[in-house]
Amino acid sequence: MIYNAPDRKGRFGPYGGAYIPEILVPELDALRVAFEESWQDAEFHVQYQDLLKTYVGRPTALTPANRLSEALGGGHILLKREDLCHTGAHKINNTIGQILLARKMGKTRIIAETGAGQHGVATATVAARFGLQCVVYMGVEDTERQALNVARMQLLGAEVRPVTSGSQTLKDATNEAIRDWVSNPTDTFYIIGSVVGPHPYPMMVRSFHNVIGEEVKRQLNELTDRNTPDVLVACVGGGSNAIGLFYPFINHPEVQMFGVEAAGEGLDGRHAATLTRGAMGVLHGAMSYLLQDDDGQIELAHSISAGLDYPGVGPEHSWLKDLGRVTYLTETDKNALAGVELLSRTEGIIPALETAHAIAALKKIVPQVAPDSIIVVNCSGRGDKDMQTIMDNL
Amino acid sequence: MNSRLSTRLLTLKSNGEKAMGIFLTSGFPSPEATNLLLDAIDEGGADFIELGMPHSDPLAEGLPIQHSSTCALKAGITMQDTLEAAAQFRQRSETPLLLMGYINPILRFGAVQFCERAAAAGVDGLIIPDLPPQEASLMRKHMQKYGLNLVFLVAPNTPTERMKEIDRLSDGFVYCVTITGLTGTGLAGRLDTINSYLKRAREMITHNPLLVGFGIRTYDNACDLSKHTDGFIVGSAVIKEVERLWACPELSMVERGQLVARFVRSLKYGPEK
Repeated sequence: MIYNAPDRKGRFGPYGGAYIPEILVPELDALRVAFEESWQDAEFHVQYQDLLKTYVGRPTALTPANRLSEALGGGHILLKREDLCHTGAHKINNTIGQILLARKMGKTRIIAETGAGQHGVATATVAARFGLQCVVYMGVEDTERQALNVARMQLLGAEVRPVTSGSQTLKDATNEAIRDWVSNPTDTFYIIGSVVGPHPYPMMVRSFHNVIGEEVKRQLNELTDRNTPDVLVACVGGGSNAIGLFYPFINHPEVQMFGVEAAGEGLDGRHAATLTRGAMGVLHGAMSYLLQDDDGQIELAHSISAGLDYPGVGPEHSWLKDLGRVTYLTETDKNALAGVELLSRTEGIIPALETAHAIAALKKIVPQVAPDSIIVVNCSGRGDKDMQTIMDNL
Repeated sequence: MNSRLSTRLLTLKSNGEKAMGIFLTSGFPSPEATNLLLDAIDEGGADFIELGMPHSDPLAEGLPIQHSSTCALKAGITMQDTLEAAAQFRQRSETPLLLMGYINPILRFGAVQFCERAAAAGVDGLIIPDLPPQEASLMRKHMQKYGLNLVFLVAPNTPTERMKEIDRLSDGFVYCVTITGLTGTGLAGRLDTINSYLKRAREMITHNPLLVGFGIRTYDNACDLSKHTDGFIVGSAVIKEVERLWACPELSMVERGQLVARFVRSLKYGPEK
């Protein structure tokens, strides 16, 4: 079977769709049309590729991690270095793409939600680059935990609005961003930060991160004479860096894929393992796996990594899980911290806590695969932003 | 579909009277208050009542209704509790009753089971703000099977053709949202724009009664905005009034109920002379 989700209604199997207030229906239609036109437009691609090259710093390196491979007792591990992107994570691939659409659609005001602040910074950055007004919603708890990123966004000229509703974290920041959009549909463009939300966002954000996997294909060919790796590994919160790496290989059944969720304090305690422990439902406009109680109220997630601390997940991951195409594992806060240390000591790369979940999972994955397997890990972000948390916990 | 709701709206229309719908969050300000408040609203002359099923993530709501939902959930209100409150109300009154809530708790309950239970409780219909018609075909089928009306919404930015389509799909009435915004948003300075949009909506929406809501706080608002519609809905203003009365320790529960009834009556008939 050839994988070609989503369908015209934005469905990945039973997942996805657009469960949104009527006010957003015409706006999402307009966005879908603008995206589809742009994606077919050679000129848009020239502009987008040029910015990825001259502003983001693409292509990012594919780094052989020999000492890490040795430490784990096998495999040829390669790191896709999204941590080298401008602003320190893959997030900017998407914000660049979306801000080009915002300009094309004549929008003058940009809004975004952020948890750890990485997507907020990536949005504030491109808004500054194009001189557009920018408002970032951030849970008040996160503004305190991630004060440095708040300062970065403000320096970039964005207004950071602390969100005091609900749980005061990413989930509620997303609610507030949607409420802002409902209230200002004509002039405002909502740059969503992951492969979540109503159609066309999951498909569109995937397209803008697709460059990650496409580069891997090319770079692998240069490094090894092969076009496909044996194994792909990426962390999954909303799941954008994972989809970006996986998507170009989905129709290559010989490529094994692992997504790694945050098990927080452990699966029996507080965690963010939405696919592993969640149930089907609707959050932020899409049908997907969710952390929810028996009455359909959304539960709070927990992870030491603010970027994985989300009770939902991209609808495409839900479908890939049900199809059995991607295997989803979990790693605890503790293992993630050990992952930070492992990559720092073996390769001289301090990863973000999100990324560290993928590094930690290699201990489970390497023994399962053939000893000479080529394993590409998405090194989705750098760890500078997490130094305080790392120092407090290591 | 002939229902308690459409019969009521039709009767009002033929009498040349505007319909008033009143929203209340189930379990707010306390689980015990729901029965008293439903009766007070009924007593105050509501032509139908929307009972809100609290949700942790109410996307389309402004602060008052968000706050009321958080409060009710903290007090432990469940979908089951709301259905029971509806069933008890139905034993006391024939006033049409709609449930208003977000799709996730309904799906979690089980769409079919929910419709079955709601119908058995004497509920007349549902308003689900995050279920636009293109996602609603299955839900609509279940609801029709149990004789429940599924009310859809239109907004100022809804294209004309889509308004006609929504009119075709909506049951009971079409909910005309005053502004592109959240529940409870102030309407000051926007009445002219809203009225010209309501006029357009009236031309497009011909099968269903048209009720206007979001941001209506006073009798004057209600009169102004009912010119081109069959009636109006008030939510946040009622929630705020309830909150205010429940913060007055000198008032007994009975007095609070009477004052809510008076407030509701004033929305339809103007302040008491």
